[in-house]
Amino acid sequence: MSTIAVIDNGICNLRSVTKALEVIGAVPRVVRTPAEVAASGATGLVLPGVGALRDCVASLRATGLAATVRDWIATDRPFLGVCLGMQALFENSEEGSVTGLGILPGRVVRFRRPSEFKIPHMGWNTVRFTQPHSPLASGLAPDGEAFYFVHSYYCVPTDPALVLGECDYGGAFCAAIARGRCFATQFHPEKSQAKGLQIYRNFAGLAATGT
Amino acid sequence: MLSRRIIPCFDVHNGKVTRGVQFGKAEAGELKNVGDPVEMAKDYDAQGADELVFLDITASSEGRSIMHDVVAATAEQCFMPLTVGGGLRTLTDIEAMLKSGADKVSLNTAAIKNPKLIADASDRFGAQCIVLAIDAKREPDGRSWRVYTHGGRHPTELDAVAWARRAVELGAGEVLLTSMDRDGTRDGYDLALTRAVSDAVSVPVIASGGAGQLAHFAEVLEQGQASAVLAASLFHFGTFTIPQVKDFLGTLGLPVRR
Repeated sequence: MSTIAVIDNGICNLRSVTKALEVIGAVPRVVRTPAEVAASGATGLVLPGVGALRDCVASLRATGLAATVRDWIATDRPFLGVCLGMQALFENSEEGSVTGLGILPGRVVRFRRPSEFKIPHMGWNTVRFTQPHSPLASGLAPDGEAFYFVHSYYCVPTDPALVLGECDYGGAFCAAIARGRCFATQFHPEKSQAKGLQIYRNFAGLAATGT
Repeated sequence: MLSRRIIPCFDVHNGKVTRGVQFGKAEAGELKNVGDPVEMAKDYDAQGADELVFLDITASSEGRSIMHDVVAATAEQCFMPLTVGGGLRTLTDIEAMLKSGADKVSLNTAAIKNPKLIADASDRFGAQCIVLAIDAKREPDGRSWRVYTHGGRHPTELDAVAWARRAVELGAGEVLLTSMDRDGTRDGYDLALTRAVSDAVSVPVIASGGAGQLAHFAEVLEQGQASAVLAASLFHFGTFTIPQVKDFLGTLGLPVRR
């Protein structure tokens, strides 16, 4: 059973994330400071996020958790970013011209689509895993599983090899990334019923294999 | 491809799901309990519903606190998106409901009284979790729709299409559009209303009010250009299951998640 630290940014609801981790047999620990991360004994770190990217990144910087996340990923410990927790990893975003943590090269851009494509991109859409052997995609159909999305911006990694999953909404966009044991999804696994729980199960499995 | 969403709606009164009948019945005491919201949510989760909407139709503060318990218990057991509306008037109310486990909140009367609430809430929590709920009734001219508040009792000066457009400019990320003329009738959604609002805004529109037959869902998704369809009693009383609706839409080539 692995202990997973879940970062609390103050605004967003973490209950779905912690509950999802409990359901798949992991032990979630909500953390608000670097000291709490260290004391948690966690072998995996989750950065969830809804709301405004500006607030998410500002909160991470103010608490010192930005450095914790950076070190965690630099040492290839299991990390999972969700939604804004994915976008925060990149260099900059068109959403309010926010400077991100810059852990991964790339930027976050707004959907530019014909008017029949409603923005936010909201609802269940199919993700095709472009790294089908990734441990995060274990037990999931590589050619398509439906996950729940709600977002107006998406990540464009500079290095296409980072892309773990693609989704189509008036054109392909990056729905998930992987680099070593750093993972992030634009969709919400904790809102994606059984297939989403499988993502957390896979992540917790990685975290359980030691650091 | 993005699936069209099928959304069961719960009218919750004092912690129980009540029958979703026509506007005004709650005040007339003509409510009929149909079940426990958490148990019903689990059933819809198992059926493959795409989201759930809870509307708190309780006026009392006790009812409000029960609603938080209902939302928290549902969010702990159903890993799917949950929208909660009813009686949310301030940023504090909204934040408390989001922390109880709602993914989105719907604003109706409070947003009309204070449109700045939409902008403030959107700025703070993100447009993706601010749903504008509109209760609209067709005007005698037959070509426009007036917005009503307080569960459909009070007419406003607002035109439904113009109000939807303005609310989206202010930061609403979705519109939950109920036709008061059709609600509870099972005569089908108001296609013209849905189409007019969907064409006017850049965000998704959830059509509500009037579903009675499988064809009604398809009509409002195709002709009405709705992104999602909402129904209450039709699902609660078992007229159709979620899989039946999805199978039907699937045979017409509409994208649904199965």
